[in-house]
Amino acid sequence: MSDTGSGHIVSSYEEELVDLASSISLMGGMVEDAISQSIDALLSHDKKKAKIIVKNDRLVGDMQLKIDENAVSMIARRQPMASDLRLIISSIHVANDLERIGDMAKNISRRIKHIKGGEELSPTFYNGVRHMTDLTLLQIKTSLDAFASRDTKAAIAVCERDDEVDALYVSIFRELLTYMMEDPRNITQCTNLLFCAKNLERAGDHATNIAEAAYYLETGKNLQSVLEEMNEQDLEE
Amino acid sequence: MSNKNINSTIKMRGKNVDVFYGDKQALFGVDLDIEKNQVTSLIGPSGCGKSTFLRCLNRMNDTIDICKVKGEITLDGQNIYDKDIDVVELRARVGMVFQKPNPFPKSIYENVAYGPKIHGMANSKEELDKIVLKSLKRAGLFDEVKDRLDDAGTSLSGGQQQRLCIARAIATRPEILLMDEPCSALDPIATAIIEELIDELREKFTIVIVTHSMQQAARVSQKTAFFHLGKLIEEGATEEIFTNPINKKTQDYIMGRIG
Amino acid sequence: MIDKDNFEISEHTSDAARIRLRKRYKSERIFKLLGQGAIFFSIGFLVLLLSTITYKGLPAFSYHFVSLPYDMSELKNSDEAMLKKANYDSLVRTAIRSQFPQVTARKDKKLLSSLLSSGSPVVLRNQVLKNPKNINEPINYEIPISDFADLYLKGQITSDSFENKTDIGEINKVKDNISITFENDIFVNIVTLVTKRIQSEALAKHETIAGAQRSLEKTILDIKHINNQLLSGNDVDIERLNKEKLHLENKILSLNVQIADLRVEASDLVIRSTLVGSNGDKITSEDPSILIYFDQSIIKANFVSSNKITGELLMPFAGDIPQKMDKWQLRYIDTAEANRKFSDQEIIWTEHLVEKGFVAKKFNWIFATKGASREPEMAGIWGAVVGSFLTISITLALAFPLGVAAAVYLEEFAPKNRITTIIEVNINNLAAVPSIVFGLLGLAVFLNFFGFDRSIPLVGGMVLALMTLPVIIIASRVSLRAVPPSIREAALGIGASKMQTVFHHVLPLALPGIMTGAIIGMARALGETAPLLMIGMVAFVVDIPGGVGDPATVLPVQIFMWADFPEPAFEQRTSAAILVLLVFLILMNAFAVFLRKRFERRW
Repeated sequence: MSDTGSGHIVSSYEEELVDLASSISLMGGMVEDAISQSIDALLSHDKKKAKIIVKNDRLVGDMQLKIDENAVSMIARRQPMASDLRLIISSIHVANDLERIGDMAKNISRRIKHIKGGEELSPTFYNGVRHMTDLTLLQIKTSLDAFASRDTKAAIAVCERDDEVDALYVSIFRELLTYMMEDPRNITQCTNLLFCAKNLERAGDHATNIAEAAYYLETGKNLQSVLEEMNEQDLEE
Repeated sequence: MSNKNINSTIKMRGKNVDVFYGDKQALFGVDLDIEKNQVTSLIGPSGCGKSTFLRCLNRMNDTIDICKVKGEITLDGQNIYDKDIDVVELRARVGMVFQKPNPFPKSIYENVAYGPKIHGMANSKEELDKIVLKSLKRAGLFDEVKDRLDDAGTSLSGGQQQRLCIARAIATRPEILLMDEPCSALDPIATAIIEELIDELREKFTIVIVTHSMQQAARVSQKTAFFHLGKLIEEGATEEIFTNPINKKTQDYIMGRIG
Repeated sequence: MIDKDNFEISEHTSDAARIRLRKRYKSERIFKLLGQGAIFFSIGFLVLLLSTITYKGLPAFSYHFVSLPYDMSELKNSDEAMLKKANYDSLVRTAIRSQFPQVTARKDKKLLSSLLSSGSPVVLRNQVLKNPKNINEPINYEIPISDFADLYLKGQITSDSFENKTDIGEINKVKDNISITFENDIFVNIVTLVTKRIQSEALAKHETIAGAQRSLEKTILDIKHINNQLLSGNDVDIERLNKEKLHLENKILSLNVQIADLRVEASDLVIRSTLVGSNGDKITSEDPSILIYFDQSIIKANFVSSNKITGELLMPFAGDIPQKMDKWQLRYIDTAEANRKFSDQEIIWTEHLVEKGFVAKKFNWIFATKGASREPEMAGIWGAVVGSFLTISITLALAFPLGVAAAVYLEEFAPKNRITTIIEVNINNLAAVPSIVFGLLGLAVFLNFFGFDRSIPLVGGMVLALMTLPVIIIASRVSLRAVPPSIREAALGIGASKMQTVFHHVLPLALPGIMTGAIIGMARALGETAPLLMIGMVAFVVDIPGGVGDPATVLPVQIFMWADFPEPAFEQRTSAAILVLLVFLILMNAFAVFLRKRFERRW
């Protein structure tokens, strides 16, 4: 919601901003759900589920369009200043990132039909994927929460945790590589699984973008440059 | 003329300025620098003291009996409230354009020529003509009135009248131009023309503009000062003030939030 | 506001609202009608006033002039010096007498001379001296006729009527009178007139008798009262009472005699009144004049009966007295001779001059170019016009600059403290002071202390300037205040000093209002009488004033003086002078309005 104290003198403006925030939250929820469902479908070979997820991606696209249009309209009509301006601009970016995350979920779902059932891969592998999914979902959720409540600490945490997501991806990649080297018949399955893991990793990256947007919204500064500065200072010390 | 700092970029400076209307205090300890060849805008809600501060800069507040000004206001390093400062000379150096266009009820030519005439800036009619021509051209009005310089100044449209007032003000070749809500009585096209004019004038003049429109301040100025209830709350680069103000009061004002 | 229960009815279209609206319109209509009524009322009075004055005053702008043939033989070939000393009085007298050779009696001769204005010798002299070289040419010099003759010719003395008659009458000369007898009783009307007059005389006598009787009764009562007092036995002054009683008893006797006489007179009159037709009776100066025109003679009737009329010859017959009269005219002059100051003889003479073509009605240049005079026909308005002009010029020259300067200082430069407030209050009060107080001030200060001459436009102008100053100051301050402060700010912002701001910008804009104040002040000053009377401008000023130091009078004072004079000819001139004053005012105001418009246009 909006920050401290009373809102805008023009209440319709205030309502429009609230609407915008709710749209983001709604879209975020849809997208989180899509990721979660797509991995479930992947791990249980549920082709039906996959179809539904692909179909629902249209709705995510529509939401992004709506958010974009509202944002542009508000810029034209309300001449937003300071944090209002940052909120609206960031909302456009966040919607964009959320749409990309939705696309990741769609891509994962699409690949499911290419992954034939058959030889099960090791349980560690599936655990790894589940772990990575949980972490990615956490990133998305935390970044959206940080955006909604303008929590700079949480935003920073998301950015820093991205390394973990990357590390998980690397380990899954190594594992899949070993499976492929073991048995060439696994290559098709494994490469598709590899692409899915890549999509997850990229979803995590988009979550970091959302966190950066949250930081910019609150402080007006670019989180990456701030982090770089902090690192340099640490190095010096 | 000691203390004149020629190399400084600061044209006028207000130091701890207090203004009283009788017993009522209108400005509280204002410190503000006006940079040379820049447009500085003063914004704030009604009654916040921005017009009062503006009028201190050319001592127009002297015309109000109960108004008292304390503190220091310097022009090129010299306090303009010094005893040996001639207020007439000051006003030739610091020109003013008012909210409602107020051309003299004389011809267009006479309006612009009046200032140079009384300050003895022209020795012959040709010189005076040149000054008038130049001022009208600079104000972007010449093309529209070149055939009717003898028509009454009041026969022009609102926007043209305001440009005439600007031409009149710059005819005395002031160093600083003060503008008190110059576009508030004009339509958007006329406003745009004057904003363009301000941008061009910036080359030669230092401009201080009081405006109610934050969008105008954002478009036109390089430095913005926000006043509230007689105090200077925040000042800084215009971009910064309007994208990322430091003070919460500033933020609330520019975003249109209540208190 | 929408009625939540019924969206159709708004607060402003319901029936109650419509009734309220109609009431508003009605009261507005009534107010408008009242306003229009007031205007018509005022205009009506104005029209009444103007038409009355114009009607009375317009005749004064023309006058009848007489140009008689003068016997200039004595003056032939005279030079200027001799012309100056010539006896114009006798010239004029001779000229008029030669027109009426039949007038011989001294009294009549004097009356004849009075037909021309007493100032005519002077007028003649002035005309001769204007062109002394033309003394040998036969020129018609015009001289003014007397004031009453002029009034008569304008029809202001009396009305009259003519009757053409064809009855044949026998003419007889009876001593100094001419008597004409007719067969029929043709004079019944005249007889009735005379009878009525006698009857009213009788009535008057009866009234007198009644009065005397009342007096008698009172006297008897008084005697009774005295008797009572004597008999009462109180302590009274017996001697005095007896004296009084005697006196009263004498009074009774005389009253009785008086009453008896009156009774006789009254009955005489009554008898007479019945015998007018048969025996005839006098036509007195109480009756309308009856004149008979026959041949070239004019007979004024002094005795009439039903068929006979007798009268004296005012104009003689052409030759011998004829014996019979056939075609003749009867003239009634309605106002009785006793009630007018122009006798029948004078009427006849004047008409004779008119017939002969000596009289012409011209523009009254005497009125327009001369100064005051005791004689109405020689009185002119020009002196007062010049005097008014000079006085107003002085007033304007003093009051306008001082007033405007004071207003500018008070409004723009003076600090706003208690002293200036006191000054402002006093100026406002001075505007309401009665003008005669300024006259007293002028008398005390200018005349007594400074020793200026009385009755000169300089002093008059100064007094009026004092009176006009507050008006101009107040009007100027108001117009200065009305100049929008934005103009002042613009001028100050450009670097103009306070002085430059006021004189280059504020004052020109305030000028129309200042001029209005000046117009109002001047109009008031032009019509002021009381203060000028105080400083002695009642003087009888004959010469036209040459400058502000010459004695003069002003139009209102001149009107005031003329209104006092008894001659009826002055009544005309007073109205004419009022007209001149009004024209002067209108011209002055028109000029000022023109000036104001001109200044307004330039800005």
